[in-house]
Amino acid sequence: MARQNDNREGIGGMANPGRYGIERVAYWLMRLSGLGLLVYFIAHIYETSNIIRGEVGWDELMELTSTPEAHIVLIIVIGMCVFHTVNGIRVMLGHGGVGVGRPTRPDYPYDPASQNSGHKITIYSAIVLAAIAMIYGSTVLFGV
Amino acid sequence: MMMRESHIMKIHYGTALAAVGLVAVHILMRLAGGYAESLEYANVVANYQFLPYAGLLEIILILLSVHGFNGLRVILLELRQGPSYEKAVSYGCVAGMIGLIAYGSRTIIMVNTGMA
Repeated sequence: MARQNDNREGIGGMANPGRYGIERVAYWLMRLSGLGLLVYFIAHIYETSNIIRGEVGWDELMELTSTPEAHIVLIIVIGMCVFHTVNGIRVMLGHGGVGVGRPTRPDYPYDPASQNSGHKITIYSAIVLAAIAMIYGSTVLFGV
Repeated sequence: MMMRESHIMKIHYGTALAAVGLVAVHILMRLAGGYAESLEYANVVANYQFLPYAGLLEIILILLSVHGFNGLRVILLELRQGPSYEKAVSYGCVAGMIGLIAYGSRTIIMVNTGMA
């Protein structure tokens, strides 16, 4: 029993992004992008409430959010948003049983049918689409 | 009264899908007339005073608040479990959701009705 407890990695073992392949990376990116988007959403609601302060208050805010640093934050938000959306649709379809494969007898080397190439390709696609959206966002925000 | 987790996840996915479509409209509105021009004071006030657009913003606010705070609840419940902890997280997230919706609605209503 003691040995079993020694071998337990706990939440660190579960969360290790270097283990279990791209699916675990997607798991982490999904949660981190979700938290990032929630923080941005709350900040955006607070930011836009400055419209109540009239034109001077709004222009002050616009000055603050028109800096290169603010644009970089916005570009990261665009990337998080696209990844979260595309990967979220993949997760939703997976929960509905779409693309998870048929259950089969567990034979060596025990490859789970649910972690198939379709899901892996969608995860990589989500990352690529997020990168493309970030590049497009850069061209709009920095006017390059 | 606690809802079944399967119902909560249906709401989570439903709010996500609806928000994707409506946020796309919101972003397109910013890009359609030029990004910088669309953020000018007069333009933004005109947006808020156009009732269908104000309604769209209110719906987005509700959808993303529900989705965002439920997502936060799920993440926090993955990290730790326990009856009192789960209750605190669930009620805390509902409170945050209601607070954010109230604060955002206040901005929309005040600008839409010309109170600001």
